[in-house]
Amino acid sequence: MHNLSTKKVFALFVIFGWILLIVADRVDELRVYQGATIAITTLAIASIIILTGYSGQVSLGHGAFLAIGAYAAALSQTYWQSPFWFTLLMSVIVTSLIGFVLGFAAGRLSGPYLAGTTLALAVGLPTLANQFTFLGGETGLVYDAGNPPARFGEDFTLYKWFFWISAFVVLIAMFLIRNLLHSRYGRTWKALRANPTAAQLCGINVAQSKILAFTISAGAAGLSGALLGMISIVAPSAFPLSLSFTLITGAVLAGVTSLAGSMLGAVILVVIPEIAEVISTSLGESEKVISNLPGFIVSVLLILTVLFSPNGPAESIRKRREHHQKAKH
Amino acid sequence: MRQFFSTILIGITLGSIYSLMALALVLVWRSTRVVNFAQAGQAIFSTYIGYEMMVRTGNFWFSLLIAIIIGSLLGAGVEYFFMRTLFKHADDGPVAALAPVIATLGLLGVIRSVVGMIWGNEYRSFASPVPTDNFVVAGATIPFSRLNVLVIVGAALVMIAFSIIFQRTNLGLALRASAFQPEIARLAGIRVGPIRTIGWTFAGGAGAVAGVLVTPNDILSPNSLDTLLVFGFVAAVIGGLESLPGAVVGGMVLGIGIAFILNYVSTTLIFPAVFVVLLLSLVIKPNGIFGSKKVRHA
Amino acid sequence: MTALLINKLTVDHGAIRALSDVSFEVPEGKLAAVIGSNGAGKTTLLRTLSGLKSPTSGTARWNDRSMVGVKPEDLVRRGISHVSEGKSVIPELTVKENLLVGGLWRNDKSDTAQAINEVVELFPRLGERMSQSANTLSGGERQMLAIGRALVSRPKLLLLDEPSLGLAPLIIEQIFTAINDLRKRLNMTVVLVEQNAISALEIADIGVILNLGELVASGPAQDLMNDPALRSAYLGY
Repeated sequence: MHNLSTKKVFALFVIFGWILLIVADRVDELRVYQGATIAITTLAIASIIILTGYSGQVSLGHGAFLAIGAYAAALSQTYWQSPFWFTLLMSVIVTSLIGFVLGFAAGRLSGPYLAGTTLALAVGLPTLANQFTFLGGETGLVYDAGNPPARFGEDFTLYKWFFWISAFVVLIAMFLIRNLLHSRYGRTWKALRANPTAAQLCGINVAQSKILAFTISAGAAGLSGALLGMISIVAPSAFPLSLSFTLITGAVLAGVTSLAGSMLGAVILVVIPEIAEVISTSLGESEKVISNLPGFIVSVLLILTVLFSPNGPAESIRKRREHHQKAKH
Repeated sequence: MRQFFSTILIGITLGSIYSLMALALVLVWRSTRVVNFAQAGQAIFSTYIGYEMMVRTGNFWFSLLIAIIIGSLLGAGVEYFFMRTLFKHADDGPVAALAPVIATLGLLGVIRSVVGMIWGNEYRSFASPVPTDNFVVAGATIPFSRLNVLVIVGAALVMIAFSIIFQRTNLGLALRASAFQPEIARLAGIRVGPIRTIGWTFAGGAGAVAGVLVTPNDILSPNSLDTLLVFGFVAAVIGGLESLPGAVVGGMVLGIGIAFILNYVSTTLIFPAVFVVLLLSLVIKPNGIFGSKKVRHA
Repeated sequence: MTALLINKLTVDHGAIRALSDVSFEVPEGKLAAVIGSNGAGKTTLLRTLSGLKSPTSGTARWNDRSMVGVKPEDLVRRGISHVSEGKSVIPELTVKENLLVGGLWRNDKSDTAQAINEVVELFPRLGERMSQSANTLSGGERQMLAIGRALVSRPKLLLLDEPSLGLAPLIIEQIFTAINDLRKRLNMTVVLVEQNAISALEIADIGVILNLGELVASGPAQDLMNDPALRSAYLGY
């Protein structure tokens, strides 16, 4: 993926999209819904990769951006009666703006202080909705993508519709992100992450780069949040603190520096609970084990990944290959 | 006027707990440069052990003592077996600085799910050793009970104990020297490794006290200390991660700030309140109240 | 009797060879001045001797026991004290606490107190500032404090890394005189790394000149100072 030209990558994306569509036709409802979830999680993880893997800033509360995106989309639909694609656009715009502001704050705050702020944001924001009725309170706002167009036929279920929309939007977004990361902005972020001082000495405006990273990361996260709101609900309960932690986990599991890894991370996150359930029910374990096993497995995986390949499995494999090559000489 | 005072009292109660958690986090941060999110896991595990003791013996003080011992051992264990392995495998690259933090997040998840697997996710409760009815002062009831007093006194005792240890004992001097300048400490003959483990032991004990003290009035579940972790972290950041007194001050600022917002603005806005207090304090002092400029990029 | 024996010491920093095949000896109670310009490997030498760095090959022996691969904390207990480059005090602690830190590893607390008194006698300026925070001290005072902290351990081998850095000539003279008198009294072996070559060689018994990690010359300090070739190359006159 690294050195392919943009045209080739575009073709790859289109082909992948077609494959997804065909597969979606053949699988059952649950899988289709999971497919939508995977797509959305992929985009959310990608947003973290932009921020942390590329520009090296930490956000412990990315779930807040997802929430903001979802609410922005839902609000514009409820109160402005905007068409669906416009609501998605709103989610990107609003979260990007907030990301922009936060990017400024990030410049003034160092590592743990920034992490603390994002954490408090993630915890504080969703509950704001409880306070104001126009935000829908605890039950949340209604947000939907409408029913599938009639010409798709009667067999075209709502979940399939979700999947189509999610996959389509996410594919476009990931394509754009991929191009961004391979552009001069992406290279700037890489330089920044490796050595901020050296980057500055090369004439890179560190503050600007960081703010840009935050803005785009937030926008991507907001978009995924809107999609999440579409397949789920736009309410505080859909954006708990654990969402933020889950996303970071997914990003690390797949390799924080690798965009291609974001899908792997998403798949892992969605698949693990299933595997865990299969294991525990076949072992005949009690309810409490069943409900906690997925979290246990994911956490253990996270620890192992961080311990043995903190930059992600792909990076470790590459390093080992380099090592072998050096040793040969 | 009365509401003002009762708000202050509530604020101090809340603040005491946050300070304890913040203390634990700062202790670890200073000695190891890691934010130990697993602190909440250690604390919840210790609290559940305390709960088991309560169920068996009905004696709160004994249960508290056991919880503290377990918490301390856990703290030492996490540092010795987990963190040292982590740093041994330490890598270079963008995640290298984040790796320990993410690892502690992972450890938190592990401990939490283990707690759930052993005890289940249902809510339990923990009897309070002292009456929980509110005091009546001059004919009016204030939202303050003996339990609140216990919390404040308990937290204060821990803080005073730490203060004495750190400022007036050789162990405390070794702990401080190792945290401030580990290389100079080594060259002075201080065994920095074991000293660091001791720091984590203290942190683990403090977390256990916080967990046990905060639970009697509340519910006990595998997730019940998550909020405390977030608030403790925020309190530590407000105070400036670098100083123990800062942790206490940060906890108090947060506690009193929250109490005021709860009482005078709205009762459901506690989380946004936390965010506002944090934001305000970081705007005024970006490195925390006691933070100094030189530790900007830790 | 040879106290410090360094034989073919080679130390690498990753791909860079900081010290290459360095060998010299320092008898007990003598002062060796190690001089050379930046990058000569002087600091690496001291860091290897105090256990902060492991050599790639070669040996270093103190009192006929190998120093290689031993942790700094353990070397301190064998009587080795290293004052690292750049005024190694702990700024957040007071002067008194800094001195106490030097004696924390010892069991004999009353002797530590005695040692602190002796340091104060040696550097009276410290005595006036005992309860002050170390970051309020001037450069010269900080250096005195750093050396004082090392002395509280009652070392037999004192390693000093560029104590004169950034200090006024008068203070430098004070410190050098103090160190020299002290080591003569206590028969303490001293390795003094310096860029300030002349002052160092003047109080030294032995001189060692390093350049780019290699040993250029070693021998009695007087001889080095009088050798015209060395003088112009390394001593600047």
